[in-house]
Amino acid sequence: MQIPYTVEPRPDTGLYNAKLGVWLFLASEVMLFGALFSALILLRTGATSWPHGYEVLNVPLATINTMVLITSSVSMVMSWAALRLGDFGKYRKWMGLTFLLGLIFMVIKTIEYAAKFEHHLYPSHDNFMATYFTLTGLHGLHVLGGMIVIAYLLGPGSKMWMTEPERYTNRVEVIGLYWHFVDLVWIFLFPTLYLL
Amino acid sequence: MSGHSVEEIRRETRVYILVFVALAVLTLVTVGVSYLHLSFGAAVGLALFIASIKGSLVAAFFMHLISERRLVYAVLILTMIFFVALILLPLGGYHDRLG
Amino acid sequence: MSASEEQAVGAQDHAAEHHELPFWQRYIFSQDHKVIGLQYAFTALCFLLFGFCLMLIMRWQLAFPGRPVPIIGGLLGSANAPGGIMLPEFYNQLGAMHGTIMVFLAVVPLLVGAYGNYLVPLQIGAPDMAFPKLNMASYWCYLPGGLIMLASFFVPGGAANSGWTSYPPLSNIATSGQTWWLVGMIFLITSSLLGSVNFIVTIFQLRAEGLDFMRLPMFVWSQLVTSFLLLLAFPPLEAAGILQLMDRVAGTSFFMPSGLVVSGEVLEVAGGGNPLLWQHLFWFLAHPEVYVLILPAMGIVAEIIANNTRKPLWGYRPMVYSAVFLGFMSFIVWAHHMFLTGMGTAISSFFQTTTMIISVPSVVILSALLISLWGGSIRFNTPMLFALAFLPMFGIGGLTGLPLGLAPSDIHLHDTYYVIGHFHYVVAPGTIFAIFAGIYYWFPKITGRQMSERLGKLHFWPSLIFMNGIFMPMFVQGLAGVSRRLYDGGAQYSHAQGVLHWNAFMSMSAFGLLVAQIPFIINLFVSIRWGVKVGSNPWDATTLEWVAAPSPPVAHGNFPELPVVTRGPYEYSPPESDESFLPQNAVA
Ligand code: HEM
Ligand SMILES: [Cu+2]
Repeated sequence: MQIPYTVEPRPDTGLYNAKLGVWLFLASEVMLFGALFSALILLRTGATSWPHGYEVLNVPLATINTMVLITSSVSMVMSWAALRLGDFGKYRKWMGLTFLLGLIFMVIKTIEYAAKFEHHLYPSHDNFMATYFTLTGLHGLHVLGGMIVIAYLLGPGSKMWMTEPERYTNRVEVIGLYWHFVDLVWIFLFPTLYLL
Repeated sequence: MSGHSVEEIRRETRVYILVFVALAVLTLVTVGVSYLHLSFGAAVGLALFIASIKGSLVAAFFMHLISERRLVYAVLILTMIFFVALILLPLGGYHDRLG
Repeated sequence: MSASEEQAVGAQDHAAEHHELPFWQRYIFSQDHKVIGLQYAFTALCFLLFGFCLMLIMRWQLAFPGRPVPIIGGLLGSANAPGGIMLPEFYNQLGAMHGTIMVFLAVVPLLVGAYGNYLVPLQIGAPDMAFPKLNMASYWCYLPGGLIMLASFFVPGGAANSGWTSYPPLSNIATSGQTWWLVGMIFLITSSLLGSVNFIVTIFQLRAEGLDFMRLPMFVWSQLVTSFLLLLAFPPLEAAGILQLMDRVAGTSFFMPSGLVVSGEVLEVAGGGNPLLWQHLFWFLAHPEVYVLILPAMGIVAEIIANNTRKPLWGYRPMVYSAVFLGFMSFIVWAHHMFLTGMGTAISSFFQTTTMIISVPSVVILSALLISLWGGSIRFNTPMLFALAFLPMFGIGGLTGLPLGLAPSDIHLHDTYYVIGHFHYVVAPGTIFAIFAGIYYWFPKITGRQMSERLGKLHFWPSLIFMNGIFMPMFVQGLAGVSRRLYDGGAQYSHAQGVLHWNAFMSMSAFGLLVAQIPFIINLFVSIRWGVKVGSNPWDATTLEWVAAPSPPVAHGNFPELPVVTRGPYEYSPPESDESFLPQNAVA
């Protein structure tokens, strides 16, 4: 039994299965984060007092983190481009860099959290801290999930490049779409939490 | 999707670098603006405006939505409609209360 | 046979040998959509029975408040029912878990997990779902989710007890069962997300050659729309669940207003939260969810009606458009559950209008199904009886929804037994009858044997009568103003006294309904072994699962060879041919 269109696109939709699948998954993610943004807006609108993010949070650190994540998005597309050119060595370098940048993002995040805890700022402190921790925490989990898949693709999953290079390239495209989406969420989280 | 020629892929990578530069600059701009301490409304408008440009750049080029299939567009348009409803209707409910 | 063909056949045999998977891969961690569908079916039927039993215990209490529960009273535990007499706290647990189990663990898994999984690939001529591993993962998120819900009965304080809607702040301060509920829900939501992505991709990508969208059976259309609802409506509930979990575990105040007083003391939380935020996010899911409960049922009924009237469906295209429109609109009507939250007139007018608009496509679908009966030479077999009963039952359920959708009448009816009557007419004699219809109809496809018609009718008629006996008086009570979620059925309210005698009647009907399921359970198990053997297409049906696959279908790959579709799904009694029906893959 062979499932059709796992590698080549179906002519009438122009997509292979996993690509449609990941876009649908991202659509559901839009609704997930959309609901959280909706919650943030509603809570802030109804709040009697709400601090400006820059008064409480570390903007320079978060700016660095934004740069890290944007760079990781570029390295991700570069790795995909390298793979499409058939240059597996270059692909590995770019993908490895992406993983590293993800790691740096998480480390900076941890430093940020630790500083908050040191000042006894926990999620229960007020609704600003609550949204800050919940949204960045959930976003962080998404980064972590992406890193795990990248590690798999670079490690045991890379065997597929030898047997089914097209399918492997598709996988890289799909994880790339997810990774950029996580970047995109951050692009909105950063100003709403830190700068306003 | 190896239907693209080597030349095309090379050109795409150049675009990626340009987008990267634009994203970095816009990040600095939005941070810079926040130090001006504009009125809340203006600050929100500007921050979301810049974020939308950045987001569109990522979606259009990194996620290559600029040359995607109709089915993907359809799914995303549908999602955006519900996304907007999810943001606006509870807010409308908050502002239109009895008592 | 040429050498290359011989080689190909040899390779196939070889492949077949490799498919002799060990037991645990064939039946437990299977990736075959048919096995997964049956796993879902079996698990969800068990939950259906369990949820039904919870309701029976509640119905005893409502009819005879303060009297010990017979037979099983001693088993309920002294913390719940000392001396077999139910405590109000326990009643609340039963109520919350009955709703949760029926909606999220029984009916949706049956409609989508079981029917969708088993039938969609077969009806579109696909060898399997697009992502078999995800399909397996979906079941293995569902089962733990269900087990977590069950386990929560045994934690201190018992299971969740704030209703299936889990409104805060009550749910925020409830006992630890609520935390289990939230964790269980996150598993179930994950399961349904995996499933819905899989269904949409399967339907778009794996349709057989020639099967374009206007040739899809109604059932496949209903699954497509349903999957979009699950995909886009569930994430907001997941978000809400995460927020409530944070409130309960990390002490945040997303849903906690400032200065909340509980048992005479101001709660020590930061406050500033918004309880209505939960209601918005919950109903953003839960209204589309009610269409998840009904659309696949309509799909099942449409298949069976077309087959047993031996006529094409009347108005196939309007039905398709209605289903799609219904799906779209269901996202923007949710706050009709919230008219009594102090909503202003502008926003309430918006939701009243959208609610009235959404009833139009429901009526279109129902009318099309009714008109389809006109002039048919109807075969009254068991599946058809259940399908026919669905029509008026759904009609009652839908029509009673209209007064609820208009704020002036909803102010009177909200949170009364009228609401309970309304939605149960849609889901119990509506959707559950469609589920039964489907079981009788597709049983021969799964087993190669037919279920007993005699036992089937013995199942149908009493079920129909008892269903109405349970739910019809609820309208009477609700109109008289009896509130829902009262553990004594309203005995302490003077305005309820005139309608209280209905409680015993409804409860007796409920026990009657239990007895009426005995023929079904016997029929199901006996027919698996001893049912009459039938061919691959006993109902003379047109769609691919009947005409292109044996019964049961080929273990891996479904079809001996992938079908090519040449015509629409319901070419019964075609005027241009002597045949009584034309299969979808008949050569032109
Ligand atoms: C066809 C048109 C329908 C209309 C106009 C309608 C309208 C309504 C309204 C306004 C309510 C809220 C009542 C209140 O709480 O005061 C309600 C409750 C409900 N409806 Fe419907 N409905 C319709 C169909 C359905 C269908 C098809 C289903 C599902 C299978 C359904 C299931 C429910 C459920 C489960 C509730 C109660 C939820 C709860 O409060 O626990 N309804 N309906
Ligand atoms: Cu509703």
